[in-house]
Amino acid sequence: MRRWWIPAAGALALASVLLGAMVGPAGPSWWRVPLALLDHLPLVSIDSGVTPREWTIIWDIRMPRVVLAALVGSMLSLSGASYQGVFRNPLVDPYLLGVAAGAGLGATLVFTLNRTGSSTWIIDPLPLSAFAGGLLAVLVTYVVGTAFGGQKSASTLVLAGVAVTALATAVQTFVLQRHTDVVRQVYSWILGRLSSATWGDVRLVLPYVVVSSVVLFLHRRLLDIMRVGDDEATALGASVNRVRIVVVIAATLGTSAVVAVSGLIGFVGIIVPHAVRLLAGASYRVIVPLSLLVGASFLIIADIPGRVLQNPSETPIGVVTAFLGAPFFLLLLRTKQGTR
Amino acid sequence: MTSLQFSDVGVRYGQHDALSNFTDTVKPGEWLCLIGPNGAGKSSLLRSVAGLAKHSGEIRVDGSPLRMRSAKRRAQLVAYVPQSPVLPDDMTAREYVVLGRNPFVSHFGSETKHDWGIVADVLERLDLVDLAHRAVGTLSGGEKQRVVIARAIAQEAPILLLDEPTSALDIGHQQQALELVDQLRKEHGLTVVSAMHDLTLAGLYSDRLCLLHQGYRVVSGTAAEVLRQETLAEFYGVSARVHHAEDGTVVVIPYRQGSSGN
Repeated sequence: MRRWWIPAAGALALASVLLGAMVGPAGPSWWRVPLALLDHLPLVSIDSGVTPREWTIIWDIRMPRVVLAALVGSMLSLSGASYQGVFRNPLVDPYLLGVAAGAGLGATLVFTLNRTGSSTWIIDPLPLSAFAGGLLAVLVTYVVGTAFGGQKSASTLVLAGVAVTALATAVQTFVLQRHTDVVRQVYSWILGRLSSATWGDVRLVLPYVVVSSVVLFLHRRLLDIMRVGDDEATALGASVNRVRIVVVIAATLGTSAVVAVSGLIGFVGIIVPHAVRLLAGASYRVIVPLSLLVGASFLIIADIPGRVLQNPSETPIGVVTAFLGAPFFLLLLRTKQGTR
Repeated sequence: MTSLQFSDVGVRYGQHDALSNFTDTVKPGEWLCLIGPNGAGKSSLLRSVAGLAKHSGEIRVDGSPLRMRSAKRRAQLVAYVPQSPVLPDDMTAREYVVLGRNPFVSHFGSETKHDWGIVADVLERLDLVDLAHRAVGTLSGGEKQRVVIARAIAQEAPILLLDEPTSALDIGHQQQALELVDQLRKEHGLTVVSAMHDLTLAGLYSDRLCLLHQGYRVVSGTAAEVLRQETLAEFYGVSARVHHAEDGTVVVIPYRQGSSGN
């Protein structure tokens, strides 16, 4: 039974990518899209009837968005699952250690200091600033959390994260109150966006997502061992502190990178790992690969209604993930409890 | 079979000495049971062997110091069953038992067929095959204890440390768990060190008892030598009669002050 989950999730991810490429307000008929994609594979030649202009819509507008959604979704889910593992707390999300608040502050500062738009900059300062803010916040959390941690470093780290989040949010609120003209921009960034995705964004986050995912993937067996607590894991020969540090760094780096380009997309990092757990069991050997695949599918699908419903002004993806995710999660919880 | 030597071992938590100057040798295949009132240093001693408490002095396994070993190598030599093991509710018994193979799996590797073969073998020997795919959260107290012991046995370490292995069990399951440990000890030639509160059971199953009090080793010997009425009164502050049965079993029976005390 269990061995079928991963191929099934792989098929779901592939179907989501196709669906994401097929749907949109302009462009060719939906059924021509798979043919056009096949046509562009090496050694394959099919007459898809897609004009070069339509191909541009598929390849340069829809596909970067789909790929970015996949990267963001998989990274947030994987980080969420990993954080939940190393902190042994099912309520933990990828923004636990202050990434979200730090990135939010970074983005707010860019909006307030750069109200004329980013035309004077060679590169867009928004993702850079959000990335720097996110990393800085986690660094402070980590330094404070381990300096006073001692034996209980796991819980002090979480508490330090809460404190840093509160501080960054307070500064952000203060700055926003003095610059009320950018409130709308800041909030639309906070609710997440994939609408302006380009291949450049994909190239920007891809290395981080790949490195982070590989590291987390390699730790999936050790995450199972961490579940029995620090003492027993140590007695079983695991280097508990090293595992925790490496996992936290990898998950944070990946999360900061995706947050920098997509804004703060909520719920994915909690809902996806839990849905996977409820369906396929609690072993991280299964949760890690499944979170990656299901997270990618979930965000690609969640992005579709956003771009179709309120065309041309879009619904923020963070709103859609909450709208789709929360009821689905409650349903799953209810069904699963009914069968127990 | 493997011996375990303690020379001048001490464990300190902050300013508090939990264990001082403990010297003893556990012979290969011996079952040593640590007894003593709460806070006597029993758990600290076990935790120092398991690598969970920093200690002074030297602990040697077959003559070579344990502190030189990596956590992994130590786990290949010593299996530890804590007083209240953490059993993740939704993990299956099989997933839990395979954690015992960690000392033999490389950091980023995964278990081989050989490892899963050992797990299957342990599950069968401990009569857990029917429970292998059950979530451990759904098991009874006795079944849970068997699963925890199975994990320790899957570790294939020659030394087994048990901290209060029976404190959460009813009298029937206490007996079953200790019989199981004794049987496994004989089959695998394990050296066992346990901490126990039930003095009668401690005397019944172990080869030797060692009484600790406030971090110091007081007396060590057979049940008949250690479990004496005046010793128990002095160190436990208990009023108890000690009954020596014909088969050599020593039974400790507490009584109330004012009722018959002889």
